[in-house]
Amino acid sequence: MSDASTTASRSEKRIIPDRLSTPFKRVMASWEVLLLGVAIAIFIFNSLASPYFLDAWNLSDATYNFTEKAMIAFAMALLVIAGEIDLSVAAIIALASTAMGAAAQTGAGTPVLVAIGLGVGLACGIFNGFLVSGMKLPSIVVTIGTMSLFRGISYIVLGDQAYGNYPEDFAFFGQGYVVWVFSFEFVLFVLFAIAFSILLHATNFGRQVFTIGNNEFAARFSGIPVERVKFILFMLTGLMSGIAAVCLTSRLGSTRPSIAQGWELEVVTMVVLGGVSILGGSGTIGGVVIAAFVMGLVTFGLGLLNVPGIVMSIFIGLLLIVTIALPIVARRLKAMGSK
Amino acid sequence: MSRLLKRRETLLFVIIAIMIAGFATRATGFATPANLANILNDTAILIILALAQMTVILTKSIDLSVAANLAFTGMAVAMLNAAYPDLPLVVLVLTAIAIGAALGVINGYLVWALEIPPIVVTLGTLTIYRGMAFVLSGGAWVNAHQMTPIFLNATRTVVLGLPVLSWIAILIVALVYVILRHTPFGRATYAAGGNPVAAVYAGIDVGWTRFLAFVLSGALAGLSGYLWVARYAVAYVEIANGFELDSVAACVIGGISIAGGVGTVAGAVLGSLFLGVIKNALPVIGISPFTQMAISGTVIILAVVFNARRERSRGRIILRDQAAKETDSEELAA
Repeated sequence: MSDASTTASRSEKRIIPDRLSTPFKRVMASWEVLLLGVAIAIFIFNSLASPYFLDAWNLSDATYNFTEKAMIAFAMALLVIAGEIDLSVAAIIALASTAMGAAAQTGAGTPVLVAIGLGVGLACGIFNGFLVSGMKLPSIVVTIGTMSLFRGISYIVLGDQAYGNYPEDFAFFGQGYVVWVFSFEFVLFVLFAIAFSILLHATNFGRQVFTIGNNEFAARFSGIPVERVKFILFMLTGLMSGIAAVCLTSRLGSTRPSIAQGWELEVVTMVVLGGVSILGGSGTIGGVVIAAFVMGLVTFGLGLLNVPGIVMSIFIGLLLIVTIALPIVARRLKAMGSK
Repeated sequence: MSRLLKRRETLLFVIIAIMIAGFATRATGFATPANLANILNDTAILIILALAQMTVILTKSIDLSVAANLAFTGMAVAMLNAAYPDLPLVVLVLTAIAIGAALGVINGYLVWALEIPPIVVTLGTLTIYRGMAFVLSGGAWVNAHQMTPIFLNATRTVVLGLPVLSWIAILIVALVYVILRHTPFGRATYAAGGNPVAAVYAGIDVGWTRFLAFVLSGALAGLSGYLWVARYAVAYVEIANGFELDSVAACVIGGISIAGGVGTVAGAVLGSLFLGVIKNALPVIGISPFTQMAISGTVIILAVVFNARRERSRGRIILRDQAAKETDSEELAA
């Protein structure tokens, strides 16, 4: 009965089998391994379909498709596991980027710009956190509201204009390389992946996040400061969005109010594809990392085949639904077969 | 409780009236019947989509694919009209409703039969439907000169002082009101969202009710697809981009609880009109239209705060949420 370990959907009662299957079997049947299989299949398909795919620099370029979104997805994963969601992340990027742009026009240096980007992200996160955990409002509507508000402020400031003229050394965050083909963003992505894995899977805080997502009432009765944990998670998501804003602004070298439009959906897709239950309570950072690679490989591979971006989004949407539906269908068929 | 609800809609109505009066002091002519009719006509499509969204939200679900559905259906009927100018308008409108309903069936089936959370399903279909609009059109635009005059002008014809588009919205409002208030399906939507456990014990098929809500939402989105293309006389892939959030916003402002089971048709209509009045007033009173997004964001947040206050004072929200969680797991384990 490896079904219980499938993290795809917590939409059924926990089945506690009499005897656990062997650890090896459980690992093989896990969502992450399934997803890794998909990633490898896409990788092989891409390298067969396009002669330009297997090139170190091309692959390095491909990582830009997901590094910024994945940084946010790590924090979002924690938030979703705790049973909340933040749809304002892309709007936070827009606001943070606009603030940095405005500062750059007055001649602010790179350290100041970074501080502003992170500060605005953190402030937005605190605002969300205050509304959700302080005022006990449903996060999905609150963040739809703050999404309009944050991006709306960018539109008020910028209108149909754009900010440019960033200092030259600011370009490092989005365009610089640490060693060989490994970009600054990719290294940052790896570091954050490790940091968030530790935070979620090896600390008390991480256990509290899971507990809240599984049963908020039980968590409260066990003495877990539910509101404080949620507040911290919103802050963290805001901060990660600020970091993503620094990277993205640095990479593009300009700011428009429509920057990162629609990213909130891609980030949520990444999180859900990574096996995090949208109902909360289960998921791993490892899954999100693999999902980031899957999405990056799909978009990059299709890009090499000259598939337009909007058609790629069909594949992303299908990937999301099919990967979630397949285990459910498989379980149904299995259940039918055993009857 | 019905008095409470009544007060809520009355309050919103009063706020809208005060807003209109306030704008009228800044711009004479804002409160004239002609301009108000104009605002109603501008808001007609949002009203229809808000009602579609509301039906789904009542069942404790959400449909983020309404705008993408609108874009795909609008593109499909516009291309159909451009390719076969001889097809009667009735056929095209029915086609739009049928395509929209079919897309709603896909959403509803995934939610009902596979029990995938609605937000995940419609997040996926949102990108798929809009992508399909691109595949269908190849990224090309259908411009006004390619569409037949009757296709474009049918909704502009003025009947009894109002354009047909406004009358269609009024008709849909009446229709949804009757469906929600006076049919078994309508009562089931409130029951399924308000307390799924009790709904199951009362013999209501919660999954099937959600399925039907998605089909209705899809059909209305499809109809809006035709209305949108006819109104703006152009069809391209990005039409109504982000409009799904406007429809959710209209519902939230109108006092429809995102937790399901609470909300009225009047609330959804007033919520839409609230957004419509602001949208139309900004340029008139000389405020940059770029502020509109921030204003609707602020309004949504305030509306949520306000809704939560009201629901908390009834002291039932926690029980209801807990009950819902339990059914979800129980139903699925069965």
